[in-house]
Amino acid sequence: MRSNITQYELVAPKSLDAILQILADSPDRYTPIAGGTELMVALGAGRLQQKKLISLWNLGELRFFEVTPDAVHIGAGATFTDIRNHPVITSELSLLSQAASWTGSIANQNRGTLGGNIVNGSPAADSPPALLAYDATVTLVSTRGSRTIPYRSFHLSYKKTVLAPDELLHSITLPRNLIGYKTYIRKVGTRNAQAISKVAIAAIARTKHGAIESIRIGAASLRETPARLIATEQSLLNQTVTPATIAAARSALLSETLPIDDIRSTAKYRAAVAANLLEEFLHTL
Amino acid sequence: MTQIHFTVNGESKALEAPPMKRLLDVLREDLHLTGAKEGCGEGECGSCSVLMNGDLVNSCLVPILQAEGAQITTIEGVAITEQLHPIQQCFLENGGAQCGICTPGMILATHHLLKKYKDPSLLQIQEGLSGNLCRCTGYIRIFNAVQAAALAGVAE
Repeated sequence: MRSNITQYELVAPKSLDAILQILADSPDRYTPIAGGTELMVALGAGRLQQKKLISLWNLGELRFFEVTPDAVHIGAGATFTDIRNHPVITSELSLLSQAASWTGSIANQNRGTLGGNIVNGSPAADSPPALLAYDATVTLVSTRGSRTIPYRSFHLSYKKTVLAPDELLHSITLPRNLIGYKTYIRKVGTRNAQAISKVAIAAIARTKHGAIESIRIGAASLRETPARLIATEQSLLNQTVTPATIAAARSALLSETLPIDDIRSTAKYRAAVAANLLEEFLHTL
Repeated sequence: MTQIHFTVNGESKALEAPPMKRLLDVLREDLHLTGAKEGCGEGECGSCSVLMNGDLVNSCLVPILQAEGAQITTIEGVAITEQLHPIQQCFLENGGAQCGICTPGMILATHHLLKKYKDPSLLQIQEGLSGNLCRCTGYIRIFNAVQAAALAGVAE
């Protein structure tokens, strides 16, 4: 059923300070809305619970890129199209531009933002596996100040994050020093565009004299939040890729993931495919 | 209600609307521009596609307040005179339109694509139109129409 549109409030302050002040002052908190590719779907279907919204769309203070010698800082309001068009991301951090390329369709990429993709907290979101593989940090802001934390500790449980009611995700930072790393990303879904993933894996690894000296693996749709696969990484550290280490890594992956049955796939399929994706990556090392 | 000022097909418009009203509904109900269609209402089918400041967007997912000050182009603004736009002519000649529900979105997605790539590969055409679903043509004739439009050099 359609929503009664008149019961929704939307405000669009012109500055980040004004937005943070409203979030700090309002006892019944506002819900931020950026490109609307999630919340407007709920509105159209008559199931948008939040009645007071605050627009972050196209706010210059959140839609930016800053490149330093060590890192790329991406404003939470950068769209997937912005990310696909950024020369440093496409050349050095291509797992993220790849993920952006299969997020929704071109129209969705023109509106959907990296910050929205993260804060929405879907375990199936397209950008988190790449962000986890790159060991991104996230900067959160409020009138009380700002804090920067590892992205891997941002999600607490299904759709729950560490964001306080008065806080906004401000930016995402990706380190640039990735010389010598092999990278991998693959999404398995019914089709590339416009389909939510059944399972996705992103990973980076570096070997020295044949042994894996550094590896990070991010996954979608294998736990209730986007997840770093720490036990799997540990099982591979200082190992060479052999049938035995592959088998150990596959079983570590299965031990630390908890995929579910839902309309898109089954737990059994997700587990089998995730292990196969990992193995496909290990064969490239 | 909020006062909204924006430009639609080159004409400036001022109207009052609830700020969360969908751009699609403002176009259809307030401005009587019914070229943009509602298919899925969730950003998957592309039949409500319009250009917002030159970018392809699903108008069912844009709250009208976020279109404040924007330049919107709908299918009604593609042909400036009584003559069809060359992209429309190519869709007509190549059988790229059948029932017509997806066609306005397909034309606008093509417009956006040809601005980016003057001579798109088949893969780029498929990606550019991947958010626009058609249940009639099987897409081949649509791809042919886009290639014909590219050959005709319609990109601005």
